Amino acid sequence: MKAFSYSFTFYCLLGLILLATTDGLAQVESSDSLLSPLLPPSEVIAEDHPGDAGAAIIVRWKLSPDEDRGVTGYEIVRSTSPTGEFSSIGFAAAGSNRYVDANTEDSLTYYYKVLAIDVDKNVSESELSPPARSSPQWFNFHLLNLLIIGGLICGAVIYFIAHAKKGKKLFLRKIAGLEAVDEAIGRATEMGRPILFIPGILDMDDVQTIAAITILGRVAKTIAQYDTKLNVPTSRSIVMSTAMETVKEAYISAGRADAYSDDFVHYVTDEQFGYVAAVNGIMVRERPATCFYIGAFFAESLIMAETGNAIGAIQIAGTAMPAQLPFFVAACDYTLIGEELFAASAYLSGEPKQLGSLKGQDVGKIIAMSAIVIGALLETFFAISGSSFFGSLAELVHKLFSIVAS
Amino acid sequence: MDSVFSHTIAAILTIGIISFLYKDNPLYKFCESLFIGVSAGYWFVQQYYANLLPKLFDNLGITKLVGAENAPEGALQALFLEGRLDDNLLYLIAGVLGVMMLLRLSPKIGWIARWPLAFTVGSSAGLYFITYFQSNAMSQLEHTILPLNSFNNLVLIVGTVTGIIYFYFSKEHKGVFGGAAKVGIYFLMITFGASFGYTVMSRMSLLIGRIDFLFGTWLGLVK
Repeated sequence: MKAFSYSFTFYCLLGLILLATTDGLAQVESSDSLLSPLLPPSEVIAEDHPGDAGAAIIVRWKLSPDEDRGVTGYEIVRSTSPTGEFSSIGFAAAGSNRYVDANTEDSLTYYYKVLAIDVDKNVSESELSPPARSSPQWFNFHLLNLLIIGGLICGAVIYFIAHAKKGKKLFLRKIAGLEAVDEAIGRATEMGRPILFIPGILDMDDVQTIAAITILGRVAKTIAQYDTKLNVPTSRSIVMSTAMETVKEAYISAGRADAYSDDFVHYVTDEQFGYVAAVNGIMVRERPATCFYIGAFFAESLIMAETGNAIGAIQIAGTAMPAQLPFFVAACDYTLIGEELFAASAYLSGEPKQLGSLKGQDVGKIIAMSAIVIGALLETFFAISGSSFFGSLAELVHKLFSIVAS
Repeated sequence: MDSVFSHTIAAILTIGIISFLYKDNPLYKFCESLFIGVSAGYWFVQQYYANLLPKLFDNLGITKLVGAENAPEGALQALFLEGRLDDNLLYLIAGVLGVMMLLRLSPKIGWIARWPLAFTVGSSAGLYFITYFQSNAMSQLEHTILPLNSFNNLVLIVGTVTGIIYFYFSKEHKGVFGGAAKVGIYFLMITFGASFGYTVMSRMSLLIGRIDFLFGTWLGLVK
């Protein structure tokens, strides 16, 4: 009992001492925060933003020592003279130690200061940065990996094009949707009904539209040989011009220049649903036997494909728009999925340039698959063993494909 | 009163477009023609005020040249009045390309229209190569290199690799390679199924919006 009493007294005393000490410490800390001014960021450096076309300066600084004491952010101010008037150009969040001033003139010299701001709106100003001037560079070393991998793939494309030009045969597997093109055109000819070709709703600056026009050329050539009617409504004026040229070329190369008419290709409207309304109208009135939907599509994909289905047309679609592919897969007879769309034009034309490009891209796919498998295995070995050897190799593979924001 | 009139017009046009679900009919034809005509005209005006006027005519100083009030001085004024080469003079190239495009209306010199088309297609393909390569290839690859220590990572890696195998065109889909390609297409179809369901639901909300307009805003039957 006595022992318990001594222990109790000891712990009570210890508790009181601890309470007094921590309270005292807290008071010291509290008075510190009230009395000491906010410390500014230090070592402000401003230099040209590397690997760009000029007009940008990157500002770096060492965080305020009071970062954990309620700093809410940093205001960056600049001037063209060290003694001139400084104006605010932007803010960086607390914890940030860099800011890119992307609004500079290459001919001017700039000076920067960084202001730490806390919750109570206290402001603490850094020293002046050394002078900085933006300038353009010819080469962005941050994108060196892009150059190497892009160069490898482009090199493979050039090699295979040269290979194909020498007359050597390049193997390409069959694509189901393409096998059906001639069959679908033949069906329309037998039924004496037109063929509808929709080249998507985006302009010529979209790679899918370019692929669509290439396929249109091959389709139009077969149509010219079969002497079937073609209808190509477009929603962009430049697409209309390009499609007209392509169809005309196709008819000429098929030896049927006399059968060509400018009416085959016509402009409707740029408005998405206005275009859909018109295409649906054409479908139910002209009742085409075959409908091609090749290119970039959005919400109109299912509306058109359903109408085509309702009139009993053979439908062949091709797009690289992931959100629209399900609708085409569900409503059309054949669908060229993503990359198949781009492969289609090469496959149909049989031209050395296009075939070589496709083979070169396959080299890119081998690189991609190898990188994923090797990288994933290295990551797994690292996760299991914790070996720095595997860790550094995995990091190397990551770096090879990472796009670093400078 | 104005809103009743405009809502009635909107409702008739909505019903006209929806009537296509029954069959092609004169009301749908009228709505279709109205929609196409109005939108084509709207786009022409929009393109003029968004592109031709500010980017070409204003920047070159053609607006000022024809005597428009408050029009800004452009590159042509800078060149001929001040002897200075303004950056906006580059828009002259775009203007020339545009005129070349219009030459297709003349059968004799229509071939000139191919040059601006070639420029548009070629420059677009070249410019987008880097963008697509960064976002669609490099970035995706980097984020697929993961340790095989969870089910999610396993699905991601197997799905990506077999998906790429499906889109590999230099080898026939036979044997083990064909099997892997088949797994790839299964992954694609499952993704399409999920996407289909999601998009159908969003389309339903569009339909609900129109029905709400007809029965709520127009007829006042739904509060």
